[in-house]
Amino acid sequence: MSAPEHRTAAGTPRTRRRGKGRGERLMVPEAEFTSYYGRPIIKPPVWKVPDVPAYLYLGGLAGVSAPLAALADLTGRPGLRRVGRVAAAGGATLSVGFLVHDLGRPERFLHMLRVLKVTSPLSVGSWILAPFGALSGATAVAEVLGVTPRLARASGLAAGALGPALTTYTAVLVADTAVPAWHEGFRELPFVFAGSAMASGGGAGLLARGDVTPARRVAVAGAVLELAATSVLERRIGFAAKAYRSGRAGAVLTGARVGTVVGALGALASGFVRGRPGRVLGAAAGLLLNAASAATRYGIFEAGMASARDPEYTVRPQRERLEARRAEDHPAGSDR
Amino acid sequence: MAEAHPVGFQWVMEAKKRGATVIHVDPRFTRTSAVADLHVPIRAGTDIAFLGGLIRHVLETGAYFEDYVRAYTNGPMLLRGDFADTEDLDGLFSGFDPETATYDTETWQYEGATAPSAAGDRDLDVHETERGEMPGSGGAPIAADPERDDTMQDPRCVLQVLRRHYSRYTPEKVHEICGIPVATFHRVAEALVRNSGRERTSAFAYAVGWTHHTVGVQYIRAAAVLQALLGNIGRPGGGILALRGHASIQGSTDIPTLFDLLPGYIPMPHAHRDEGLQHFIESNAGTKGFWADLDAYVVSLLKAWFGDAATADNDFCFDHLPRLTGDHSSFRTVMDQADGKVPGYFVVGENPAVGTANARMQRHGLASLEWLVVRDLNMVETATFWKDGPEIETGEMRTEDIGTEIFFLPAAAHTEKDGTFTNTQRLLQWHHKAVEPPGDCRSDLWFYFELGKRIKARVAGSDDPRDRPLQDLTWDYPVDATGEPSADAVLREINGVDADGKALPGYTALRSDGSTSSGCWIYCGVYADEVNQSARRRPGAEQDLIAAEWGWAWPMNRRVLYNRASADPVGRPWSERKRLTYWDGEKWAGPDVPDFPADTPPDYVPPPGAHAAKAIGGAEPFVMQSDGRAWLHAPAGLADGPMPTHYEPEESPVGNALYGQRANPARQRFERADNHYHPEPGTPGAEVYPYVFTTFRVTEHHTAGGMSRWTPHLNELQPEMFLEVSPELAAERGLTHGGWAHVVTARSAVEGRVLVTERAKPLRHGDTVIHQIGVPWHWGPNGLSTGDAANELLGVSLDPNVHIMETKAATCDIRPGRRPRGPELVTCLADRRRQAGLEEEPR
Amino acid sequence: MNSLSGPLADPSADAGYADGHPPRVGFFTDTSVCIGCKACEVACKEWNALPADGVGDHGAAGDVLGLTGMSYDNSGGLGASTYRHVAFVEQRVPARDSAPVDLGMPAMELPGAVQPGVDRDDATEVRWLMSSDVCKHCTHAACLDVCPTGSLIRTEHGTVLVQEDICNGCGYCIPACPYGVIDQRQGDGRAFKCTMCQDRLGAGLAPACATACPTESIQFGPLDELRERADARLAELHDRGVGEARLYGRDPDDGVGGDGAFFLLLDEPEVYGLPPDPVVTTRDLPSMWRHAAGAALAVAGAVAAAFLGGRR
Repeated sequence: MSAPEHRTAAGTPRTRRRGKGRGERLMVPEAEFTSYYGRPIIKPPVWKVPDVPAYLYLGGLAGVSAPLAALADLTGRPGLRRVGRVAAAGGATLSVGFLVHDLGRPERFLHMLRVLKVTSPLSVGSWILAPFGALSGATAVAEVLGVTPRLARASGLAAGALGPALTTYTAVLVADTAVPAWHEGFRELPFVFAGSAMASGGGAGLLARGDVTPARRVAVAGAVLELAATSVLERRIGFAAKAYRSGRAGAVLTGARVGTVVGALGALASGFVRGRPGRVLGAAAGLLLNAASAATRYGIFEAGMASARDPEYTVRPQRERLEARRAEDHPAGSDR
Repeated sequence: MAEAHPVGFQWVMEAKKRGATVIHVDPRFTRTSAVADLHVPIRAGTDIAFLGGLIRHVLETGAYFEDYVRAYTNGPMLLRGDFADTEDLDGLFSGFDPETATYDTETWQYEGATAPSAAGDRDLDVHETERGEMPGSGGAPIAADPERDDTMQDPRCVLQVLRRHYSRYTPEKVHEICGIPVATFHRVAEALVRNSGRERTSAFAYAVGWTHHTVGVQYIRAAAVLQALLGNIGRPGGGILALRGHASIQGSTDIPTLFDLLPGYIPMPHAHRDEGLQHFIESNAGTKGFWADLDAYVVSLLKAWFGDAATADNDFCFDHLPRLTGDHSSFRTVMDQADGKVPGYFVVGENPAVGTANARMQRHGLASLEWLVVRDLNMVETATFWKDGPEIETGEMRTEDIGTEIFFLPAAAHTEKDGTFTNTQRLLQWHHKAVEPPGDCRSDLWFYFELGKRIKARVAGSDDPRDRPLQDLTWDYPVDATGEPSADAVLREINGVDADGKALPGYTALRSDGSTSSGCWIYCGVYADEVNQSARRRPGAEQDLIAAEWGWAWPMNRRVLYNRASADPVGRPWSERKRLTYWDGEKWAGPDVPDFPADTPPDYVPPPGAHAAKAIGGAEPFVMQSDGRAWLHAPAGLADGPMPTHYEPEESPVGNALYGQRANPARQRFERADNHYHPEPGTPGAEVYPYVFTTFRVTEHHTAGGMSRWTPHLNELQPEMFLEVSPELAAERGLTHGGWAHVVTARSAVEGRVLVTERAKPLRHGDTVIHQIGVPWHWGPNGLSTGDAANELLGVSLDPNVHIMETKAATCDIRPGRRPRGPELVTCLADRRRQAGLEEEPR
Repeated sequence: MNSLSGPLADPSADAGYADGHPPRVGFFTDTSVCIGCKACEVACKEWNALPADGVGDHGAAGDVLGLTGMSYDNSGGLGASTYRHVAFVEQRVPARDSAPVDLGMPAMELPGAVQPGVDRDDATEVRWLMSSDVCKHCTHAACLDVCPTGSLIRTEHGTVLVQEDICNGCGYCIPACPYGVIDQRQGDGRAFKCTMCQDRLGAGLAPACATACPTESIQFGPLDELRERADARLAELHDRGVGEARLYGRDPDDGVGGDGAFFLLLDEPEVYGLPPDPVVTTRDLPSMWRHAAGAALAVAGAVAAAFLGGRR
């Protein structure tokens, strides 16, 4: 028998009284929470690590790198263009690779393009990712081989136009589930993802030679956006916020936040340091921002998984909602 | 019932939906309890005290159906003056011989009437354990009319004797013995009384929880007495329903696999007493009722078996029948095997190596055979004990020492062959083959047909007289392209044919002159009009309440036995609401087939010397009884008392709170080194086995698992052997939910996962807290889901009437952790036995 | 675009089936008459040729043939190879017979917490609830909505069906389901769930589980009819004093537009492992897209703005 320790014995569905602090005795206990032997109510996603967190991160990196590269191309910043194009294509390709690898039936990947369903963020995303991948890939090939710069510019612009959508559809992808930590944050997650993507895409740009000012601005703005959006999310989504603060997700996200802050400060500082030290500092900051962005995605992924595994995340908000509705329908004193 | 008979339980739920009150009495809180209106937890093995309490309640409050009792039961009959009750003899009835632990039933008789043990020329000693079989199902024939007092006030009349017998079975006593709170007892009593009488009827359903006791027959008798007092027999919605342990177990007693019966409950002839047909008939047939035509049934049976070879000149080959010489019941045979007295054994669809009480003794029996045939769906433990049985592990047996030659023959399942099931309400239902049996699997019918053909071929030229029965046996069934004999043809042979070879309409057409044949008289009519009546499936919704066109019920497609009792003595329904069979001025009418001579008017009084059906009075509904009445007191036919009496099980933690006599005095015990019994309560060593355990089934598995432990879809639902204990016992013994524990008796120890559940509740017996452990008996070492067999724990002590073993109540200990393994188990058990004083210190 | 939430009279018509399609069918599972025999589980597995997968969240191999200790429930929950699941809940509740004593919610002490030799409070009794769970065949089915391949479809009977030849195992439907029904089968990779025996419906047969159920706890039929039957049964139970009886998933106004498979329960849904107030996630999808579009525009704007001004 491999019963998890929280699972109780026959005949005693788990009830948990939850106070605010641990060990603190409450005069009036909060609403009781009951479950079926502590088993999850919803099924935790079967998505694998690192596949899906990597897919989320890489999509963001590629989605920001492509417009960065396109505009760098237009504004004559070849270094930034080159890095951006490679990052966009590499990110998109790897992202697709992780996505396919995560499928239960990878050989059926093309079924993703069998229909276009606006009700399915993954379908919409596939239809964004597929052309983006093709366009950014072609652009990067041209870049690396140094051929057909005009075509590359055109395809790069097209990829750049698709890029921003690539950075945020993944937020809808995770939010459009019954996973409490994700669904409850559906308003903020696109901004978190957008910020995280900008931090990583901008950060990647900091690796380029030449003028990387736009990348630095994007990276810092992204970091600010991500931190702000995350903060709003955690304040707004109520009980589910606990999933972002506790356990492995909490630890990872804390680390990610530190990385983001330090990375952003580093990026900012690198703008004031001339020459090679400035470039090295910028590159280091860019790498840190990317690591932080990947960690953010993984942390959000883990928060969702944790909230799916613990039935309290599902039951408690629903129970409270139900009781509130009942109270509204039947003001105090009246029976159900 | 919901656990082991979920399909039948649909009708209980249907009744509940229509407002019926469902009461469940069980030591365990089961799925049945979950949907019952009331669960009554009871200490295992004390049901007679509970039922006796209800009988007392009914008698003392005058709640019995007086008109019914007076007219249709033997309540008014006077007993002999020398009858002594358990109240007089501290738990014994008169006639007990402590030397042989048997009763002489002479004093139990009615005043002025005699019963079978005195009748005829039975000069040979009758072993008392055979008494129960002698009268077949009809009860003992009674000669002459007994005296009676229709006011039922005479102190010697059965009703008054009964009242006195149960006078101390008070609610408080019931509480003390059974652990049932007084208030709960009253709830049951009131519900039962409220729902019985003219306008309403109540039914009892039981299964092996009642029968598997050393006093099991008397459990059923107690229910019969109660139901007879309440007028709940022979009336719609009433009765006592025996829920059988397997599909068609009813069929296998009708056409028996029992050593002491021939088809249709005809007694098996005795080697010394029943020397000729005439003599057999005379000593076993009654003069009154349908048993009086025993000669027609026996001769028709012999004609079915021996065909043209059976003639009036040779007693219709009566001498070809095997004869009893004593007790050849299952456990006696196994002990004889273990003692090296039995060379061969057929085990068909059974698995005694794990499925029968004292499994170790069973395996020792198997290991002492010369040959063993096992026919089963799966490679059951009975076929593999020689290589991986528990004794191989403990070192008590070595494969190379076992001389038994074992033939395992794969068998077809019921879905792979045609045939009938006979269910608990005597309903035969035909099942069609759905798929061909896989591989070498063959039906039992094919196997026995082929075996018979081969044996007949071998003895064809013999002139040894002992081969004559085989030579004369008719053995000519049509076969299909696969060689499978026609089950339909067998059913038709069972039904029987007349001299022209036409299917008979029913058993009243059977003759004793050899002009008819029938393989089982009670099944005669199942092929009436040359139609397989058991295959009828007209939906119930298209029929009336009786649904006579669904399958076929023996006898004569009657759905309610003794349904004459649904009308009052003058033939009017007791109530319109409960109308079933009634006299319409010319005949007995109603939707069911009357269980009565159809044109015998209610006021018919049989003339002196009348015979058989003509001897049944118009107001005597219990046509299979020789006095036409339901028996509150059984003047004959039982080996352990005329009235049910509370005795403790062979093993119980407390003494008998009612009598000095602790357990059934006539129970069969076998004091052997391989069959230790625990010390009696209160004697030194009893504390070594302080708890009660009861074996049980769960829905997900079937019996000892021979069918279910190889079925993945069932095993995942109930994957491991477990032990059900209360939180209180878990705390007392340090048992952890989900962890291991083992149950120990003097016989063996079995382990299982601990299921701590509040469904298990300790009971109070005075100052003693009694813990009961639930032990499912589905597991064994083979199959997909394996575990220890509960039958390892049980000793063999039997009911004296039917030789059934006590599996539902015994004592034990329980300890945390896994049981000792290998030789350590043997020494550990011996240590515990020495502690309990059951075994000498080793020299 | 189909409506994403709220009452919807005819999901099949909404999915594009022409007039004259069969009526919407469903299950009404009346747990008050369930005897926990699990015939539904076995009949379902037999008919649908599902493997015995033991227990565990995803049929983990190590869990096969292990006792869960969850009363008599050893299948744990619905899964990719378990389309029917019978829950067993053991509770201590105030005795029906005794004077009302306020014990609050059912007692939840761990077994073993009771002191030996001390009688249990006679004011309580044990209640054993059993309930056969199944896919709810929601009016607004999140699994169907989020499926990117079109493998999940609405059938002509109004049920929700996985087309096994289309599914590529992306797993999106699994966390989308608010009831935790659909799951990925290990070793196969695709998602599976109750089909309501689509292959039987077409032949005019009832699903295997409903056919096998001995006590009519599982009733199959046109949904409208089942709802009427359920209302009548609820009223009957309330009349008999079973005040705790309630319908679950019957209401077309609920968060999923009403379930195609709904229940009569004797306690709160979460006691049986059901969500108390499920909402189809795609109800919020338009808002999600709006927020995502806003965020994407922010990205585009920010990137563009980053190029403003002179180079250094």
